[in-house]
Amino acid sequence: MNREKVIFAFFIVLALTLNVGFVVGDVDNPAHHEVLELFFAIVVSLVCTVLKFGDRSHLGALMLATSLVADLQLIAAGAIWGYYAHIAAAGMTGDAMASVVSFAAGALVANIISVVLLVIETVLVRR
Amino acid sequence: MNALLYVMLRRLRMPLIVLISVYAVSTLGLVLIPGVDDQGQPWRMDFFHAFYFVSFMGSTIGFGEVPYPFTPGQRMWTLVCIYATVIAWLYAIGSSLAILQDNGFLRLMRSRRFAQKVKALQEPFYLVCGYGTTGREVVLGLERRGIRSVVIDIRQERIDSVELEEWALPAYSLCADASLPDNLDMAGLRKSNCLGVLALTDRDNVNLAIAIASKLVMPQRLVISRSENQVTTANLASFGTDLVIDPFKEFADYLGLAVRHPHQHLVIDWLLNPDHRPLSSIYKHAKGRWVLCGYGRFGQALARAMAGDQTEITIIEPDAMRVEEGCDYVQGVGTEAVTLEAARVADAVGIIAGTPDDADNLSILMTARELNPKLTTVVRQNHAANRLMFDNSNADYVMQPGHTVAIQILAHLRTPLLGLFFERLRQMDEVWSHTLINRISDAVGDARVDSRSFIISDEQTPALAAAIRAGESVNLRALMKRPNDRTKDLECFALLHKREAEVQLTPGELLELKLGDELLFCGQYAHLKSQLWTLENHQTLSYVLTGQDDNPNPLLRWIRSFNA
Repeated sequence: MNREKVIFAFFIVLALTLNVGFVVGDVDNPAHHEVLELFFAIVVSLVCTVLKFGDRSHLGALMLATSLVADLQLIAAGAIWGYYAHIAAAGMTGDAMASVVSFAAGALVANIISVVLLVIETVLVRR
Repeated sequence: MNALLYVMLRRLRMPLIVLISVYAVSTLGLVLIPGVDDQGQPWRMDFFHAFYFVSFMGSTIGFGEVPYPFTPGQRMWTLVCIYATVIAWLYAIGSSLAILQDNGFLRLMRSRRFAQKVKALQEPFYLVCGYGTTGREVVLGLERRGIRSVVIDIRQERIDSVELEEWALPAYSLCADASLPDNLDMAGLRKSNCLGVLALTDRDNVNLAIAIASKLVMPQRLVISRSENQVTTANLASFGTDLVIDPFKEFADYLGLAVRHPHQHLVIDWLLNPDHRPLSSIYKHAKGRWVLCGYGRFGQALARAMAGDQTEITIIEPDAMRVEEGCDYVQGVGTEAVTLEAARVADAVGIIAGTPDDADNLSILMTARELNPKLTTVVRQNHAANRLMFDNSNADYVMQPGHTVAIQILAHLRTPLLGLFFERLRQMDEVWSHTLINRISDAVGDARVDSRSFIISDEQTPALAAAIRAGESVNLRALMKRPNDRTKDLECFALLHKREAEVQLTPGELLELKLGDELLFCGQYAHLKSQLWTLENHQTLSYVLTGQDDNPNPLLRWIRSFNA
């Protein structure tokens, strides 16, 4: 068992699960989406990106790219949340929640691809 | 993306993760710890404000407690956060700086910069592997002729010394193992403007690897290699290495020649060496016995060279195993008078101090001279750094193997026909050489002897080639007239003429030239330079041939009158 691989896989899968946890629920109902979960999703996604740094293989480059996409989507979701909660006059409406969640859903797709790539890499190594 | 970025990112992994974690925990802590607002109501910080606060706290900007003054609980957490973020930042910045100073990283960066410079190189250059005494002298000689070198050496301090040189054409240098083909490729082995590869390292197997790689990748490329034993020499020659130089053998031949055929030696020395010895320095050969100190590779090569001439020698060598049976042999180093007396130095005509140790050599020289002041002294200088001592040693000959190899290589690169000329010269007798040296001396006096070889062709001598093709009869005499005044002669003459396989030494002035003839001239540098006018300029050639200056431009004529 390779400790490094365990940590790597752990973070990638965790990024996916946190992301799913946040997205699940009615898209425009603020009560269904926990801000803490979005925060963790962003942090874990950033850590994943750093872990993928410096891999020169083609698969490694692809994984880094998906991770960067997830970061971008999640940070955008967080920024939108911050804007509606503190800056916009209307406050956190159902519409605002819907746009936050849709951004996070985009990140979810990137995270799924990331996990698929992880599985592919593992299969290749086994052979 | 390039390798540098990958290395940097990989090394920054840990610091970045630490930084992210510290920020995340600090932010989370501020969100979770209960506080009170300005009305005294319970209040919790949201992520937006918490991240804002951590951002300015972590960078030690510190705007104060926003949006409401903190409770003691929040302050305690902030205290923890301040130290944690500062340490995380110090760690991240420290690691980045450490990467920039890391040896591996710097080496990677240097080799990358080197590869880029070589790639951008447009002018012709030589690839020199090994920057010892020989390598340095060759690079210096090339630089003086305006040719750049790309240098590879395995020792960093030598590469540092390349970078310290103040040359008009700085050599590009890299500290790398030249026996690896990748490094050679990075140094421009496959570039079309690489003129040749010079394998001058002090390790035979490295030289062999360089020569093989070069000949395999670029079969037409000129390769010159140094080799210290006969097996390697034969191996190098077997796959077409253009010139193989054995420093010990070359040096022994050179020295042997000085003793046996002083005039021949002087001809070679003058043509090879930019700062040649005066004619008066010629060694008057006295028949007799020589004492040879040191019987290693150099001593053995020397003994072979001298045995060819039936010169009697006495060998002084500490290691009895090295000496063959039946030689006149004395055991010892030769630095003590006892050993030298045992070798009967008093009735010898000369002594050769040829050990690999400079201090020993000088000591032998001084002791021997005390015992017999009339000795001809030859001393071997191993390290260039000891020059001052040897300059003041008053020895008749100071021999430096590295220097001998370097001037040979430079002469070969400058004037390819010189090698052939020397080969033929060795077959001639001393009287012939004596006549020749007097002729060279008449032509150049005390000035520097220069030589140039060329092929009569459209590329090298356009005017001459065109005239011959047009059916004009041009003889050697025409090439020796001054381009600005044909009644006077240039101070130069032809040493060798080659037409297909036929080679003639010092050809006569009436020799009629043909296309494809190869000629070797020697003379003063300035005169060889003005000879180029005759070879390359149609009008000058026709003036030299007919006496009619058909150029109507008076300004050009006036300018040309200075150029001779």
